Amino acid sequence: MTYSFVPILLMILAAAILGAVFLGLNTIIGKKQRNPSKLAPYESGVPLLDESRKRVNVKFYQIAMLFILFDIEAAFLYPWAVIYRNATLTPAGISWFVFGEMLVFVLLLGIGYIYVWKKRAFDWT
Amino acid sequence: MSYAFDTTDIVLSVVKIAVVLLALLNVVPIMVWVERRGSALIQDRPGPNRVGPFGLLQSFADALKFILKEDIIPAGAHKWIYTLAPTFGLLPALTTIAVVPWGRKFFIEEREFLGRTLFEGGRWFEPVIVNVNVGILIVFALASLGVYGIVAAGWASNNKYSMFGAIRASAQMISYELALTLAAVSVLLAAGSLRLTDVVWQQSGTFRLFDTIPIPAWNAFSPAMWIAFVVFVVAGFAETNRLPFDFAEAEAELVAGYHTEYSSMKFALFFMAEYMAMTTMSALIVTLFLGGWDIPWYNEPPTFLGFILSVAAFVAKVALLLFVFVWVRWTIPRLKYDILMRLGWKVFLPLAFLNIVIVAAFIAMRWL
Repeated sequence: MTYSFVPILLMILAAAILGAVFLGLNTIIGKKQRNPSKLAPYESGVPLLDESRKRVNVKFYQIAMLFILFDIEAAFLYPWAVIYRNATLTPAGISWFVFGEMLVFVLLLGIGYIYVWKKRAFDWT
Repeated sequence: MSYAFDTTDIVLSVVKIAVVLLALLNVVPIMVWVERRGSALIQDRPGPNRVGPFGLLQSFADALKFILKEDIIPAGAHKWIYTLAPTFGLLPALTTIAVVPWGRKFFIEEREFLGRTLFEGGRWFEPVIVNVNVGILIVFALASLGVYGIVAAGWASNNKYSMFGAIRASAQMISYELALTLAAVSVLLAAGSLRLTDVVWQQSGTFRLFDTIPIPAWNAFSPAMWIAFVVFVVAGFAETNRLPFDFAEAEAELVAGYHTEYSSMKFALFFMAEYMAMTTMSALIVTLFLGGWDIPWYNEPPTFLGFILSVAAFVAKVALLLFVFVWVRWTIPRLKYDILMRLGWKVFLPLAFLNIVIVAAFIAMRWL
């Protein structure tokens, strides 16, 4: 079965080669006339004031952390989604049990979500 | 089932890869032309009309110009990351399409060609590059790599505008990725499989509205899943950084966002990646919600004709969605950043969860 993934590897390779060819062509054919003012980073027309890689607002880190939490929850939903239809086809009672299991999961997630909301993690002002 | 892996398989696989890559590469100049002519149409001006009939060759002239331009690496930029970032943006854009089926499978008869027997015993031709059982997971795994190209470009450029664009874009993309993945769960629930060919098959045929009017059984028309459809399309716009969510660029505030410092072919690669990502996203929306290659009210035969018709239907649907992308870009103004983040977390995320519960209830009730 692992073989069936080989075409994806081939595509990644093709894409990398494509990128390399385009960039290589550009480097070979393109003009080369450098001077300091051309190489200076754009700063709305004034000389560079200070460095650009500064500290970033903590909000962005918060979003990244929340993303990881919720994305893992989403990943848990995938296997459940795949077996769900077959599980509901089994005799009486089971289908609502599987449904209830998911409901409990989503409700637990919902409590965390409401907590984060109340902590104003989604607000930017 | 033992896995037969012979020359025919390899040749067919390579042909499929070549076809898809060529199609994607050709979509870019065509879409650039459509975008520019479309914006001209909407803004009541001529648009590019000098190079070739209706300016059709404009994109090719631009491509040539990009290659001939000087390749500048700004002072203070991180050379390696700065150079690799465009290619890294291109990788996910080109490869994500691999698991999307673009036609109905058909049976190839055994035949003689130049004294050799081709397709021994006949075989099924599945018009998808890899038909693996984790299909949609590969899509999301590869698509989420797209953010790295943008962040790397923004950080490596040594430019404040680039940095802002990259940081904003990454926060935006990961926020909407949640809504995107969760909206897709609804579809997978209905299909009971992660394989995208199964998702399309589940949508073929019709269901009857009020037991009279036959409606194509596409997920977008399903009473259980239209919320997921809306969430997925909006999140798709945000994920591909298109207006009204183009905070990676936001030319009014950030000059050109993460690619402010990029010029020549490196810039062109970002440009290509954007349009390819758009195409992939359209193909994904079509596959998950608009019936994939399914032709409404028509049962495609498992022959070459059926294959061609289904491919035409798929291409037509994707083209229509691509036009919607352009249409929306020139119609709806850009949001404010705080509104965008609030919308993603407070509206689309709960809606996606709500839709999962609705679909699950529908299935438990045997309505779906």
